[in-house]
Amino acid sequence: MKLPVSWIKEYAPVSASAREIADALINAGLEVEGIETVGHGVIGQLVVGKVLDIEVLTEFKKPIRWCQVDVGTQVRGIICGASNFAIGDFVVVAQPGVVLPGDFTITSRETYGHVSDGMICSEREMGLGDDHAGIMVLDHVNIGDNANELLGIGEQVLDIAVTPDRGYALSVRGVAREVATAFGVDFIDPAEALDPALGAPSEIALPRECAIDDFDGAKLLTLRTIVGFDPTAPTPRFMSSRLQACGMRSISLAVDVTNYVMLETGQPTHAFDLKKVQGPIRVSRARDGDTLETLDHVIRELSESDVVIADDSGPIGLAGTMGGFATEIDDTTVDIALEAAFFPADVIARNSRRHKLSSEASRRFERGVDRVLAPTASARACALLIQHGGGTYLGMTAVEAPMSETLIDFPLDLSERTAGMPIDGETVRQKLTDIGAVHEEITPNLVRVTVPSWRPDITQSADLVEEVVRLVGYEKLPSTLPGGLKSSGLTHSQRLRRRVGSFLAARGLTETLCYPFIGESDYSALRLPESDPRRLSPRLANPLSDEAAYMRTTLLPGLLLAASRNVGRGETDLALFEVGSVFLGNVQAIGVDPGVQGRPPSDIWEAMQSALPLQPHHLASVLCGASENMGVWGKPRPFDWTDALGFVEAIALELGVRLKVTAGHDPVFHPGRCAEFFLAGSDQPMGHAGELHPQVALNWNLPSRACAVEIDLDMLIGATPNAVAAPEFSTAPVAKEDLAFVVPEGVAASQLEDVIRRAGGERLESVRLFDVYSGGQIPEGQKSLAYALRLRDAASTLSAEQIAATRSSVIAAVEAELGGSLR
Amino acid sequence: MSAPNKQYDPKQVSDLSAEAIDAMVSAALAAIESADTLDQWKEVRLEHSGDRSPIALANREIGALPPAAKVEVGKRVGQARGAIKAALDQRELILIEHRDNEVLLAEKVDVTVPVDRSLKGARHPLTTLMERLSDVFVAMGYEIAEGPELELEWANFDALNFPKDHPARMMQDTFFVESPDSGALLRTHTSPIQVRAMLERELPIYVVAPGRVYRTDELDATHTPVFHQIEGLAVDKGLTMADLRGTLNHLAHVMFGQEIDIRWRPSYFPFTEPSAEVDLRCFVCLGDAESDLLDQCRACGGEGWIEWGGCGMVNPRVLVAVGIDPEVYSGFAFGMGIERTLMFRSGVKDMRDMVEGDVRFTRAFGLDS
Ligand SMILES: [Zn+2]
Repeated sequence: MKLPVSWIKEYAPVSASAREIADALINAGLEVEGIETVGHGVIGQLVVGKVLDIEVLTEFKKPIRWCQVDVGTQVRGIICGASNFAIGDFVVVAQPGVVLPGDFTITSRETYGHVSDGMICSEREMGLGDDHAGIMVLDHVNIGDNANELLGIGEQVLDIAVTPDRGYALSVRGVAREVATAFGVDFIDPAEALDPALGAPSEIALPRECAIDDFDGAKLLTLRTIVGFDPTAPTPRFMSSRLQACGMRSISLAVDVTNYVMLETGQPTHAFDLKKVQGPIRVSRARDGDTLETLDHVIRELSESDVVIADDSGPIGLAGTMGGFATEIDDTTVDIALEAAFFPADVIARNSRRHKLSSEASRRFERGVDRVLAPTASARACALLIQHGGGTYLGMTAVEAPMSETLIDFPLDLSERTAGMPIDGETVRQKLTDIGAVHEEITPNLVRVTVPSWRPDITQSADLVEEVVRLVGYEKLPSTLPGGLKSSGLTHSQRLRRRVGSFLAARGLTETLCYPFIGESDYSALRLPESDPRRLSPRLANPLSDEAAYMRTTLLPGLLLAASRNVGRGETDLALFEVGSVFLGNVQAIGVDPGVQGRPPSDIWEAMQSALPLQPHHLASVLCGASENMGVWGKPRPFDWTDALGFVEAIALELGVRLKVTAGHDPVFHPGRCAEFFLAGSDQPMGHAGELHPQVALNWNLPSRACAVEIDLDMLIGATPNAVAAPEFSTAPVAKEDLAFVVPEGVAASQLEDVIRRAGGERLESVRLFDVYSGGQIPEGQKSLAYALRLRDAASTLSAEQIAATRSSVIAAVEAELGGSLR
Repeated sequence: MSAPNKQYDPKQVSDLSAEAIDAMVSAALAAIESADTLDQWKEVRLEHSGDRSPIALANREIGALPPAAKVEVGKRVGQARGAIKAALDQRELILIEHRDNEVLLAEKVDVTVPVDRSLKGARHPLTTLMERLSDVFVAMGYEIAEGPELELEWANFDALNFPKDHPARMMQDTFFVESPDSGALLRTHTSPIQVRAMLERELPIYVVAPGRVYRTDELDATHTPVFHQIEGLAVDKGLTMADLRGTLNHLAHVMFGQEIDIRWRPSYFPFTEPSAEVDLRCFVCLGDAESDLLDQCRACGGEGWIEWGGCGMVNPRVLVAVGIDPEVYSGFAFGMGIERTLMFRSGVKDMRDMVEGDVRFTRAFGLDS
């Protein structure tokens, strides 16, 4: 909200600068986002001139006017390109020597065949607004008037962001109170300083009646009636320039007055054209099927949950939010009904939210206005209307529900106990007085505080503590540390997730944090069939785009997108990884609202938890291009399926987990180059690695042979030992044996290795595949696998007989179990 | 072959006179001296000290001598063999040194060629920064708490004293998740982890919760719908605002240095009361009102301060909602944006750099931020 400093100073008489006032407000908790100057960049004095004559020059591409303008001291000839003014109009003239915003110095200069001796100004040229439709034409001014004063040029304006709890600060009244408190001067309450005062009502006719049908919708409704108002009366200049400084346009006197009073007091009011209103004005609920065209010309479908202002014809306004078009004040309005009410914050918040309609009024009501201010503010508004627009005041009708004051029993030592610094009782009482809170002593350490009507945000002792401590000053808080800490450090899972990340980064992979939003098209691009469980992902109700409306069940689309972006930018050798949550399955019905009045029972808490999808941490990687840099070692080796599988095995090895690998059948991957991983001794799948299906690589514009990995990292970490058992090993000499077997093509290397291990028994320390060969002398349908075996006894040197025995039992087992033979 | 002849052999083939032995030694020494390479040296050794060398043959004859001559000739031949061996050893050392000086030098490489064969990897700086911030607290005695990103609306709002229909709830720009009774959303802040910690842990509680959060902002240079926060929560008997201030001062000093200037402003969060916004002195213009920098400073918008995070004393209503007696316990909570913190620390100018996954950005950070 923007407020001119001069307006604030009217009610908080301080001599401080705008900057000093802004700093004081910031310390008090009002966020001053900036200080603006009206007409920033205008140097020198602008004057009001009267247009005496206009000659239109037609020989140019666009119509140019050669004007004679009387500025009091002389008549100036001025060239002007705009045409929205006429002879006799009053305009703002920048005379030679004046500087306009943008460092534009006005000079006498020859142009379009004349010497233009100044400039006729538009709003935008003076830095007053964005309206450059034409020249600013003024009413009710005189030749030679100081236009800077008229337009408020040089006025400083504070731009204040108001947090949702401080509705009172959406007004001059609220801000001035904080300024007065901060500078220790007396606050003049605009709600009490009525100038001009509204006289006694005339008895020539009765004011219009009003009613509240639904006291949940409104607690207080007032209606004041004015007849014989002059709809052509202009808005006084001080008012329109202040409205403009606050970022509002001047519209008509009646509308401007309601806005002015709202800015000053914080109380929204609404003026109806009385002749358009049928019968009493009431607050009621809309009926399903009702419609209302609001002032913004939108026709709104109403329902029973809407609180409306209605007359005998039905709804004529959306309560506290926006008036109706049919009863709008216009340039023929002579009889006015001015409505001012107190609507509870949640009522207006719902009205506003349901119709996606936020107005100056609704913003104030939903943050809480002063519940007793309506009659005062409407009196102020009526007085201004009559002062500037004439008319006869017929009086006020009102309906009111009983409203109770908020009382808080407040221990005087609570502030210092909460703050952790001494704040004596006397200071606490002073600060309560400063915010306008009446308080009476109950015991020496306890006061009963009556919360001011304009502070609906204060409902408990903690709220009063904040008031006291902020007014004492947060900068006075000392710095201490709590003493009762105890920590077991990182959990096993937290520590290992970090280790995995560091391990992969050290192996040359780059961590990428991808958006977890995916779309149907990602599923298709991954070649997932309709039945694939990865298509069961939670859907957002309000996604940023329909192409990314689902939460990911797999990390791959995000990584593939990041990879493709990198490739597109020329980074073609890539190894990306991500550790992040996936979201498996839909949200279930929760069915209970445990409320906030106490801890939810554990069964209800469990039920609430189980409504959420599982969100395990996955680890995924995408690899493409060269697996190493080029250099003196020769041509770089491209990433291939062994790298993808190798990363998974390396991580498992580092974490001390044994895996089982089988040929995988995931549609994302190359059908012949995909591995599926299981924890050793388990049938629960942990993930896949391999070469991407060429179509998937192509769908993300990645080079063919790109590879990928995705595993359930929580499952892997869950299988890690808590403490590693130290190995026992023999220092006896090792015996090395190389054996090559010819086996049928269908035998997997892992099968053969298992057989060798079992047959090798305890003496077989390790076995490692070092060659795979087919063709040549190897019969069709067979292949040769060569293994290096290391044999070692626990205690002594193996004899030639022992080595031969192990060797023949391995050969025998391979023959018996796999039909293989020694090559 | 050439096993020593231990049998009696009356036929003497070598001259074992002193002159003859001396001549063998002289010839050997001359040959050794003339060996210029290790290969030549090996030939010389074979010729003058090998099994078929004159001195070895002479040695073989000793056994055939009459006992009276054995001692004297044995001694003579032994000395001769010793002299030859010593000369060979000495020459070998010289030739090895020569090889090291000449030959190995000829094998020298250019050690300035690029040797970075492996691709350079990196952690994401947001991850390492979260770890780093967490570690400051772990060292102080906090534990790290976690919670789901797809969260219960109750934990994200209701339990944190965001009344239904309250503007504060509306201001959060929430992603809601389709569900049978719409009680689920993407958490808008890490604060629901506070709620979970208070429901699931024993008092006293000292936890930090780094994590990913969501708001419905379109991605641009200063906004992203997916970002990261770190949240802190302490619930114990007698905690004060001064304790909170000390804790955040410590964090700021660790992250930004002892000189950093910190400001608290009263603010509003539904789940804390009293509440404060924590600002850091602008790193760019230093808030110097005398300097021209301040007005034009894009880092702070001419304010001289940069918003870092929010904090406050846990609202008693929040304690009630999780079953903690606010008459006995008090708590403080704080939170700050990780992206903002990284922007200050590392001068990241565009939010998109942190989310697009361009490896040129991430690799620059290596294993730490
Ligand atoms: Zn700055």
